[in-house]
Amino acid sequence: MSDEDKSPEQPAVEQSPDNVPAPTGEVREVGVRHGMFGVRGTGDTSGYGGLVQPIVLPGDAQRPYGGWYDEVADALEHAARDAGLEVAVPRVVVHRGEITFHVRREDLPTVARLLRDDERLRFELCSSVSGVHYPDDTGAELHAVYHLLSMTYNRRIRLEVAAPDADPHIPSTVAIYPTNDWHERETFDMFGIVFDDHPALTRILMPDDWPGHPQRKDYPLGGIPVEYKGGTVPPPDQRRSYN
Amino acid sequence: MSTDQDLYAGSSETSEGRVFTVSGQDWDTIAEGLADEEVMERVVVNMGPQHPSTHGVLRLILELEGETVTEARCGIGYLHTGIEKNMEYRSWTQGVTFCTRMDYLSPFYNEMTYVLGVERLLGIDGQGDDSVPEKAQVMRVLLMELNRISSHLVAIATGGMEIGALTVMTIGFRERELVLDLFELITGLRMNHAFIRPGGVAQDLPPGALDEIRGFVALMKKRLPEYADLCNANPIFKARLEGVGHLDLAGCLALGLTGPVLRSTGYPWDLRKSQPYCGYETYEFDVQTWDTADSYGRFRVRLNEMWESLRIVEQAADRLAKLDGAPVMVGDKKIAWPSQLAIGSDGMGNSLDHIRHIMGESMEALIHHFKLVTEGFRVPAGQAYVPVESPRGELGAHVVSDGGTRPFRAHFRDPSFTNLQATSVMAEGGMVADVIVAIASIDPVMGGVDR
Repeated sequence: MSDEDKSPEQPAVEQSPDNVPAPTGEVREVGVRHGMFGVRGTGDTSGYGGLVQPIVLPGDAQRPYGGWYDEVADALEHAARDAGLEVAVPRVVVHRGEITFHVRREDLPTVARLLRDDERLRFELCSSVSGVHYPDDTGAELHAVYHLLSMTYNRRIRLEVAAPDADPHIPSTVAIYPTNDWHERETFDMFGIVFDDHPALTRILMPDDWPGHPQRKDYPLGGIPVEYKGGTVPPPDQRRSYN
Repeated sequence: MSTDQDLYAGSSETSEGRVFTVSGQDWDTIAEGLADEEVMERVVVNMGPQHPSTHGVLRLILELEGETVTEARCGIGYLHTGIEKNMEYRSWTQGVTFCTRMDYLSPFYNEMTYVLGVERLLGIDGQGDDSVPEKAQVMRVLLMELNRISSHLVAIATGGMEIGALTVMTIGFRERELVLDLFELITGLRMNHAFIRPGGVAQDLPPGALDEIRGFVALMKKRLPEYADLCNANPIFKARLEGVGHLDLAGCLALGLTGPVLRSTGYPWDLRKSQPYCGYETYEFDVQTWDTADSYGRFRVRLNEMWESLRIVEQAADRLAKLDGAPVMVGDKKIAWPSQLAIGSDGMGNSLDHIRHIMGESMEALIHHFKLVTEGFRVPAGQAYVPVESPRGELGAHVVSDGGTRPFRAHFRDPSFTNLQATSVMAEGGMVADVIVAIASIDPVMGGVDR
């Protein structure tokens, strides 16, 4: 037996996310959370250093979704089948009164066009494109989230498309929703998602020659330590924080 | 002054053509320079980013043929401050302090849409006993509508100034100051309030505030007609605005424009009516529209909306009079900020009663206070998007939580950002002087555009 095993700081029992019972309903893991107070290494005297919790997002919804969600899902399914798309929406999440359609990236233009044009759907307005970076969601690190609004039916839905970090390409929707021109440029600027067939995919908020994509999780916040009355306050991303 | 004497940039030859740097009163040089050229097919004018008529640091790249604009493009990003990224490194409550600074003319709307998203994820956005109390909702409505008035006043004032209507500017800022005084009375600050917090609002209404609000409403009812008298039928004003910056309903939807621009096409789309939040469905007001789809229509929509806002403010003040002493923060002590500030002899500061309680009486209360203030609360994993009708259109925050004490991601769909895309469509084919009017009718706030 080595000395390491006898030391008071024994590693906690292996608790990979597989061994943790899933909460009720299906969930989707996008990473794990270690410890409790954001402390790393031997400085952690909290006793929670070995805690491993999965980070889970709301899981897939099962039919019936309730209310008008089923109408929209049915209409989209039928319209997609007519357009030659067997499974238009592989996953649907209903959470906190909002419905999210997860769409394969290659299907996005077809689905978006159906959502805009089909008279049972009529999502005339795309509010925004928002990028989200899940560094631990292996194979689908970069998400583009579209918020669609149907003024005809007064409904809101969300489309979510994922792309792996190694191949950050998502088809552009500018031809369908011209308003997404700047939104996609911003998402490219901040996350590095390349929107194929965008008319002019350039940086929009950062300078043209800026290296990196600032809102990715692996991009540091930056900042310098500040001295105040003899003490030093580290920049926000290096302070002790709670996770 | 001639361009040759400019120490920093004079006229120069590039592969693209001749470059002039204009800093005022040197138009003769330009005119001569242009006459020199054998073929002057097109002139590209870089306007901004510090031109006074561009509503802050907006850069316009205009291609001119004589005085006609053939191409107009926007350059933005000069005011990018990384607020969204910064919010990922602060607690959920601290996030309000950041996002209030985005669109600095409508801070309460920035706070509101973010807080509504957080509250939806927390599950306290309903009507039940454990959700946000009524008084907090009424105070939010009151502040938002006052904010709509102050924001529209600036839109009209700066828009007027840019076409030479200086009186509109001076009286606009005169009235806006009254609204800011009310903000200062209620929240302690004229701007950057961070007053709307997850779970309610930061502070109860101070004594005497309702009288001040009623006095303001009465005064505004006298003063708002001044704007109508100055502008509505003013032939110069109308000549500058009518038919300028035309964008019809189809164009608005394709380019994602909302707010007064959309309503000036005659389509009564207002989120306060169609997807109400904070109890807007219980207030009496009308959605204001115009049918000309031009800058003049947008001006009239804004003017009429201020009247509607006054109506809502009156109703909210009446409700607040009946809600004296009611809570303004959610009852859940795991979310609600542990204490309110108190007015001391030297101004606003910590509540001495609360300090006595946590420091002298209850160790548990001290622990609770410490945990909530430093660590904050956890928000269940998920994502929410709850847009509000800001003075400029649909303002929404896409709030993503991974179950932690800090936002995993907060993205703001700012109406200024989206609406500014219409610059090209509104300006191209028109006169260069009309570009200013068209942009003023969009009313972009660069703090919101660049975030």
